[in-house]
Parts: sequence; C-alpha cells; structure tokens
Amino acid sequence: MADVRFLKVVVFVNSLIPLVLLLWDLYRERVGPNPLQFATTTTGMLTLIFLSLTVAITPLRKIFGVNSLVKLRRMLGLFAFFYGALHLLTYIWFDRGFNLISVVPDVVKRPFILAGMTAFLLMVPLAITSTNKMVKRLGGKRWANLHRLVYLSVIAAVVHFWMLVKSDTRLPLTFGFIVLFLLGYRLLTKYMPAEPNTSLFPRE
Amino acid sequence: MAENSDKVTDKEVYLNRRRFIQAAVMAGTATATTLIYRRLNPPPAPVVEGDKLAEVAKAPTAEAVKEGFAVNDQVTPLEAITNYNNFYEFDTSKSGVAYAAKGFVTRPWAVSVEGLVNKPKVFDLDELLKFPLEERIYRLRCVEGWSMVIPWVGFPLNKLLEKVEPTSEARYVAFQTLLDPERMPNQRTGVLDWPYVEGLRLDEAMHPLTIMATGMYDETLPPQDGAPIRLVVPWKYGFKSIKSVVKITLVAGEPPTTWNIQAPDEYGFYSNVNPNVPHPRWSQATERRIGEYSRRNTLLFNGYGEQVAHLYQGMDLVKNY
Repeated sequence: MADVRFLKVVVFVNSLIPLVLLLWDLYRERVGPNPLQFATTTTGMLTLIFLSLTVAITPLRKIFGVNSLVKLRRMLGLFAFFYGALHLLTYIWFDRGFNLISVVPDVVKRPFILAGMTAFLLMVPLAITSTNKMVKRLGGKRWANLHRLVYLSVIAAVVHFWMLVKSDTRLPLTFGFIVLFLLGYRLLTKYMPAEPNTSLFPRE
Repeated sequence: MAENSDKVTDKEVYLNRRRFIQAAVMAGTATATTLIYRRLNPPPAPVVEGDKLAEVAKAPTAEAVKEGFAVNDQVTPLEAITNYNNFYEFDTSKSGVAYAAKGFVTRPWAVSVEGLVNKPKVFDLDELLKFPLEERIYRLRCVEGWSMVIPWVGFPLNKLLEKVEPTSEARYVAFQTLLDPERMPNQRTGVLDWPYVEGLRLDEAMHPLTIMATGMYDETLPPQDGAPIRLVVPWKYGFKSIKSVVKITLVAGEPPTTWNIQAPDEYGFYSNVNPNVPHPRWSQATERRIGEYSRRNTLLFNGYGEQVAHLYQGMDLVKNY
C-alpha cells in the first residue's frame, strides 16, 4: 500500500456512492411506496456496515499484516457517524415530525429506539475527538481507551437492529456474528501469548 | 544513450501509467459499489395487469360509507399496494415479495370448508368467483405502523359460511394458507411455522364487514396480495387477513394463530386495531399512511368502531389484545 492518499480517495468516493444513489432514487421517486421508511432503513444499514468496517480494521491488519489499513479507520468511523446522524435525522424528521419533545418519551418507551440512540450517542465523543490534535491533547493511551467505546456502540447498533425485526432475524444475527468475531478476535489476541509474527502473510 | 533510455522509464510515461491505473481502480470500485447497491435495492416491480372482474356491485357512496363498506380517504395507488407486502411465504422484505411471487400459479385452486358444519364442501375457485362480487374500500392498518386504503373486490364471508351451515357447537373459524414450498419458496425457511394459520370468533367471521377478497381495483388479486382468494377483516391488524386461503374450518375452541405462536406476548388472538394498546416494542398510537409524509392518529378498531364495537362489549381490550 504505497499510496495511502489515493486509497483514501477511493474509500471516500465509494463511501459516498450509496448516499448519492439514495438521494437520486428519492428524487426520481424510485424507492417504493414508503420513501421515508426506505431512507431510514438504508441509512441505518449503512451505519451498521460502516461501524462493522471500522472495528474490522484492527483484525484485518493483524491477520493480513497490512498495517497501513489503520490509516482508513478514522474515515470509516466518521462515515459511520455521518450515516448514523442521517439515520437519526430521518427518525426525528419523518417519525417524530421534528417534535423533539416527543423523542424523549419515545426513546424510553421503545427499547429498540433506546438501543439505537445509545449506539449513536456513543459515537459522538469519538467523532469529536477524531482529529490529530485531539489525539495529542488526550494522549495516545487515553485516546485509545476512549475510542474503545466503539465496541459498545456497534453492539448497541446490532441489538437495535435485532429488536426491530418481527421474525426474520437472519440479517441482524449475521451482523451479530460478524461483530462477535471482530471483537472476540481482540480478546483472543490480547490474552494469547504474542507470536513473533502473528500475520498469516509475511510483511512486505 | 540509447541503452539508457531503454532501461529507465521516462518519468512522463511512468506518471501517465500510474494515473491510468488509478483511474481504472477508481472507476472499477465505483462501478462495483453502485452494482452492489442496485442489487440490494432493486426498483419497484412493474404492475402486472390482472384479469378484469365482471359485474362488481358498487354501493352508492353515502350509503356505503355509513355501513363502513367504503371510506372517503384517498385510495392507495395499485403500484404501492403491489410493491409493499408482508407475505413471508415469498419473502420477508416488503419490496421483495412482488418479485418472489411473480408467476405464482393459482389454478387449479380449491377452498375446503369443513369442521363443525352440516354440509362440508370443497369449493372450486370458479365457484367462489360466482358469489355476487362487491367493492369494499377499506383501510388496512399493519401492526408495523403503516396503513393503506384498498379497493377490494369480494363477497362477505357469511355468504360462504351460510352455504355449509355451521352447527350450534361451532364458535370459531380457523383459516389456513396453502402449504407448498415449491410454489411458496420461503416456506423452506423457518421464519414462521408453516402453514400460516389464522382465526376469528364466529360472530366476527359472520360480520358483514368481513369479506373473502378475490380482487382489487376491479381485477383479480395479484399474487403478492394473496391470490387467488384471501380474508379481509378491516378492523384488525393486517396479519389477521390471511392470504391465499385453502382451508376454512369451523371449530369449537379458539384456534391457534401463526403470529401468536411466534410471539404470544406481542400478537394476541384478537389483534383489533387499538391506538391505546402499544405493541411491546413500539407504540400503536399513530401510523404512516402510504403516500403521506406525516403520521396520522390511529383510530380504535381502525375507524370501524360504529360497526364492530358491540362485538367486544364488556371485554377488556388491553387483556384481549
């Protein structure tokens, strides 16, 4: 991975493509009979995908020995936050009609909304402290500890998804297993004695 | 000099080559992302014209509205009704049912009416289509919090039940959907207990608002909406209105119902539309009418209280959800 800058541009463009397609389809009214629901579902799914990609970076790095992947992590995390914010916006806009007062009892009354709100709120401090400056200000170790909140966020996001489906839990369970693997991998590598070279492939 | 220029690539050429590869990578990944997105989010299925149903009786509006046979709300477009379906026998995504149900074969088809009746009978579909057909413009409220207004075509269930003469022991009516994983491919999965079963109390089944629908918009039912014949009970959540019915059984006790088996604390036998009884995971106070942008208040008995409230007099609607 010689050219990280170029790789970042590729990831950035590809991360925005779903949003562009979603907006284009909404504009052309090609999203089915319930466009609002479609926008909510799609942004929610994108949030979960980007959260999963973010926590996949460390295992992928270690398994494949491609350390430069870490340079993409911040962008992926910020896209998770971005799509999460859009998802929340569609809910506040379409479901609550911008009636912010009604959001509070709704969050308490509907456990799946509580889980989703938790997942989002946990991302807020991470997005705020995502700059290089903030890493320096907090100090690497404290920053890293704070950013472990992403584990809780992705778990809450999967629970949120799992709680809202009626009976077909295959998709939320798939996300659940992926996240379980990604987080479990961390535990395993933490408590297992480090091998001289943990990667499957020799580093370049 | 000539040797040197052979070995070292010219800087200009190197940069051009690099730019070319970068452009190819960008275009390739962007195309792949677009294709994946399109694959996961296909456009709505085109509307397939059904056969025209002859001689559909349409009551004068004022009279129909008074009896609950029609509502003045704007009718939901056919494209929406046929692209937003909960029909787990085909697919668990609402937009996927239209595709998965395409080409569903509904002939031959028969409905067996049996159980506690004097004259059990297997009705062929052609026989059922000979019942005098009426148009009924009903609200449909899904338990998920959305609603539509659908111009059904069908006949009252009581007309069918009268023919088989329920005995005095018959208190409930049980319904069953076709069980055929060949034609209903999602029955190969375990997302629900197959076949789908539903039930009504006999007085609910005999109520004039309860119909067997064989069409909508003056045409035969599209596969995704329960072809060729389905139940419609407008004051209950949509899942009570069982689709693609093959068996109707008159019974003495409350029959099992699919969603109640799936999650007893979330879906009761009665499942009357009730804004005051929330689903354990979400509120039922409001609904999104398909085609509208703000939410409407949900009405008790889906707005059919005048016609049906007497059926539940003295009953605790919170306990009997």
